[in-house]
Amino acid sequence: MIRSRQLAYRYLAGPALQFPDLDLPQAGILLLHGPSGSGKSTWLALAAGLLRASGGQLQVAGQDLAALKSVAVDAWRARAIGFLPQRLHLSEALTVSGNLALAQWAAGVPEDRAAVSQVLGTLGLAALAHRRPTQLSGGQAQRVALARAVLLQPRVILADEPTASLDDAAAGTALQLLADTATRLGASLVIATHDARVAAALPGAQVCRLAGLPAAANGAVA
Amino acid sequence: MKMVAIAWRYLVARPLAAGLNLLLLTLALGSITFMLLVSTQLDQAFERDLAGIDVVVGAKGSPIQLILAGVFHIDVPPGNISLEAVRELQKDARIAQLIPISLGDTFRGFRIVGTTPAYAEHYAARLAQGTLWSAPMQAVVGNQVAANTGLAVGNSFIGTHGLGASGHEHGDDPYLVTGILAPCGCVLDRLVLTATESVWQVHEKATAVDDEDRKLLEAEREITLVLIRYNSPMAAVTFPRFVNTTTEMQAAAPAVEVTRLLRMVGVGTDVLRGFGAVLLLTAGLSVFIALWNAVRERRADLAMLRMLGAPPARVAGLVLCEALLLAGLAIVLGLAVGHGLAEVAGAWLQSERSLPLTGWIWLPAEWWVVALGLAVAALAAMLPALGAYRLDVTTLLHSRS
Repeated sequence: MIRSRQLAYRYLAGPALQFPDLDLPQAGILLLHGPSGSGKSTWLALAAGLLRASGGQLQVAGQDLAALKSVAVDAWRARAIGFLPQRLHLSEALTVSGNLALAQWAAGVPEDRAAVSQVLGTLGLAALAHRRPTQLSGGQAQRVALARAVLLQPRVILADEPTASLDDAAAGTALQLLADTATRLGASLVIATHDARVAAALPGAQVCRLAGLPAAANGAVA
Repeated sequence: MKMVAIAWRYLVARPLAAGLNLLLLTLALGSITFMLLVSTQLDQAFERDLAGIDVVVGAKGSPIQLILAGVFHIDVPPGNISLEAVRELQKDARIAQLIPISLGDTFRGFRIVGTTPAYAEHYAARLAQGTLWSAPMQAVVGNQVAANTGLAVGNSFIGTHGLGASGHEHGDDPYLVTGILAPCGCVLDRLVLTATESVWQVHEKATAVDDEDRKLLEAEREITLVLIRYNSPMAAVTFPRFVNTTTEMQAAAPAVEVTRLLRMVGVGTDVLRGFGAVLLLTAGLSVFIALWNAVRERRADLAMLRMLGAPPARVAGLVLCEALLLAGLAIVLGLAVGHGLAEVAGAWLQSERSLPLTGWIWLPAEWWVVALGLAVAALAAMLPALGAYRLDVTTLLHSRS
């Protein structure tokens, strides 16, 4: 469940961004559309608790983010958010299963090999568990990154441009997998994208268009 | 997955940088350990051998040479002094104890020292086997001598003339081993002790042509030097000057001469110590640069950790852990290298029948090497760890290129 009201963020030496209000039910799919610089990244950072809103309200997975202290926000993010970055950022120093174990370590939960093999099995990656990220194809690597994102069964999955470097067929498969995985977990799925194919592939998704215009009320800092 | 395991993975993911830093740190800590072992053991050996000897009186010449020859038995003596003069000296009221030392012969490189039982008592030497000598041509061998030459009680051996490697053998006058000393950790370990008369007997027999000649030699008997303990510390002021100005002998105070010697040698050890410090500084800088680059290269990896829910302190801890892991390895290797070098140097010194040195000891001061290694690593990791702590995670979302 994601709910925002008059959400705004102002960069230290830049424009203030005003985001449209939105209500996304749990297990819903939200597409963040907009050109570069429209604030998609900022919105994702706000939703993940990496940035703090300068105005308005934002509730993610039932949590009012303004109410969380900075230490608690890391622990909350570990539990509630699964993040699929555009450039997958798998660690080359570790194997596929090592990368997933790294996520458990980062989240501060005990190492759980069974959970790692289970999620790898679910995503059809069991055979690749001992490969290095460099030994994977682009599609395989993205699935590993998705496995890492959903390992701790988050309430919300944030995906940043998941189709940016994929051809039509691969993009369709990737989006289908993403949507299926979110549905299976009962997690909300937010996809930040400027790719028109995404909206076509996920007709049931709620769409939020970010204009990127500076908030008139606050005024842009020159 | 444990932090140490992750740090280890990151470390071995860059084998060249990790290996180079390990080498630098190991060399630095190894040379410091070696210096520590050598200087401490030599100081201890000097101190032990010097204890209770206030002044050494011998032939005129270099005072350092006299001390090295008479107390540590690592140099040749400047000459001999007449027994007559020593007897005269012994009447001096300032002297509490006087131990005669006669040098001249060796057995397989170990010095044969003509003296009195007081010499063994001076170092509180105990006998492992047998008894002290009771007549001329009986000998007691130090522990290292026995171990090295295989001499046992009841064996006899022949001394070789001269303190150098080669000389003619005194074949007519074999020594009989009556005792073996227990290890004392002092100079006695590498000496053969016998009565002063033995040395006279061997050399008079070797040089005298007839009985008359021998009587003449007996009248001119000499010893090499005497070790003296004073009655009161006040004697240190007047006695050496008295000997140096009124007799044909010289008096040298070991404490003064050894201090002088160590000051001269000290330049060398200071250079080595400075070398170790520079090496350590270089190693620290190298670790810093490697970690700095690693954090820059791995910025996205580290940001991803934050995205996955790791608090900043855990990410910074990972960088620190990597440095400490490297330091831990380097400390173990460095200590091993230092001890190994000390053992090699000790074996060489032993083959030269010189000062005792071993790598098989652990000095409490070596904990400082451990602390130093960890401190350098922690210091080198401080800025990179701070960088990891302050990492801007939102850059992860901006990397569009």
